[in-house]
Amino acid sequence: MNVLRPDLAIISEWITPGSRVLDLGCGDGTLLAHLKRERDVDGYGLEIAPGNIVSCIEQGVNVIQTDLDAGINDFFDEASFDYVVMTQTLQAMSYPEQLLKEMLRVGREGIVTFPNFGHWRARVQLALGGHMPLSTALPNQWYNTPNIHLCTLKDFEALCATLGIRILQRRVVDHAHRYRLGGKLLPNLLGEIAIYRFIRE
Amino acid sequence: MPHSLPADSVGLVTPQIAHFDTPLQLDCGRQLAAYDLVYETYGTLNRDHSNAILICHALSGDHHAAGYHSPEDRKPGWWESAIGPGKPIDSERFFIVCLNNLGGCKGSTGPNTPNPTSGKPWGPDFPIVTVRDWVESQARLADRLGITQWAAVIGGSLGGMQVLQWAIDFPARLRHAVVIAAAPNLTAQNIAFNEVVRQALRSDPDFHDGHYYEHQVVPSRGLKIARMLGHITYLSDDAMRAKFGRELREGKINFGFDVEFQVESYLRYQGESFVERFDANTYLLMTKALDYFDPASAYSGDLSAALAGVEASFFVASFTSDWRFAPQRSREIVKALLDGDKTVSYAEIEANHGHDAFLIPIPHYMAVFGSYMRRIAAELPQ
Repeated sequence: MNVLRPDLAIISEWITPGSRVLDLGCGDGTLLAHLKRERDVDGYGLEIAPGNIVSCIEQGVNVIQTDLDAGINDFFDEASFDYVVMTQTLQAMSYPEQLLKEMLRVGREGIVTFPNFGHWRARVQLALGGHMPLSTALPNQWYNTPNIHLCTLKDFEALCATLGIRILQRRVVDHAHRYRLGGKLLPNLLGEIAIYRFIRE
Repeated sequence: MPHSLPADSVGLVTPQIAHFDTPLQLDCGRQLAAYDLVYETYGTLNRDHSNAILICHALSGDHHAAGYHSPEDRKPGWWESAIGPGKPIDSERFFIVCLNNLGGCKGSTGPNTPNPTSGKPWGPDFPIVTVRDWVESQARLADRLGITQWAAVIGGSLGGMQVLQWAIDFPARLRHAVVIAAAPNLTAQNIAFNEVVRQALRSDPDFHDGHYYEHQVVPSRGLKIARMLGHITYLSDDAMRAKFGRELREGKINFGFDVEFQVESYLRYQGESFVERFDANTYLLMTKALDYFDPASAYSGDLSAALAGVEASFFVASFTSDWRFAPQRSREIVKALLDGDKTVSYAEIEANHGHDAFLIPIPHYMAVFGSYMRRIAAELPQ
């Protein structure tokens, strides 16, 4: 079996065994399959890419093919899940603010991960290089990136404050998804990927 | 005509008949004292009878879902694209059963078979049957074949409605429910189309109030128009544009009412070939079964409540350009299943073929359908 991507491993540690999880933009179903196997978690994934739907079904993950930009209220009633997870997807959404609200309507807790636009390498490339940042965490050129709503840790936390969202836990990891000391000290500068767990205020 | 049948076909098949003489109580209040069901099977039933799959047919379908009746057959069964060795419904792994529903016109008891009380064809006196009646009769066929629990019940369109009914009426008798291009009930627009179909059939001078068999005629004009209308609604605007555009048969307009545009020629052909293979009274019955289907109605319109007792795992699929059974209708089914925390996966397949897409081997459709079916096969004892 492949080693689980470290940000997914962190999420997996945060999730109480036996709980109900909704994974928004679940990709090929890796996280849900892992949670089901290791944490006795029951849940559904939402995904748009046809190839990923096939992979999810192959792995025995319950998957619903839908466009997250259309929202999730159509499918789920209030408080249907213990956790609503969204990994590396928030920054590609048309209405991230709306989706964050929906996450906490449908679930008790939310967990998101996103690439930190405030990482020092991104800052250096923009400030000194004068071009949009490119890195392992942000691999696409500005004209073909799906990431239309990039933000920094600071930005995200400010939005949470506006929306009445209380952050319970925060971790940052580097581009190899490793957890490092630097990230702990100066997360907005040294963290490449941010991982947050939050609830409604 | 294929001299050697394709390797990915179930090959030559022979329909069988099961006779039942335990009366069947119908939704309409009447009873069928005895009846026949004609069916086909593909593949081999395994030792513990756990690999059986039921295919439910749609409006104009029948028991001949796959394979050929003779090497001279021009066309295989109606769902050849999905049934056969290595196909999503793999006849190497599953024992596949498909029957002609009651009220059909391909050998099962229906309007064109003799009414035992008169000796003449049932015609319009055949009781109006519902999806629930069909499912009840299908369960009796399952009993007859020694199948206590289906690995899966699968159907598209009206067939998908039967799958839903199965999951509701016999929750323990199926492990998986595959519901393709279906809906939890018909919209007003859909009922309206069906009403036009019925008017076309019933207003044909050769219809004789449904007693046309005795007059040795067929209400062919009505059937033709009904099928032409149906066909338009099974395709999408895009599909028709891609297939025919404004192409003219003779390359010029003739200022007359003969066939000029290719699309007219196509529709007339579809209508005419339907006359040869279908029965008007059966068509009427099928449209009624569609109109009446509404499992939520017994729960004040609450579909979640109707599906609360289902035990099967679901795979639901819809097609983006299907406006007759639009994706939104499939999402209603998915939502109701999610409300009950049921096991469900849903694929919304990008396709421009309209409602007909469920019969077409679209790559993503076959891939996702195939992967679901392989999961089912993996659960079987090796």
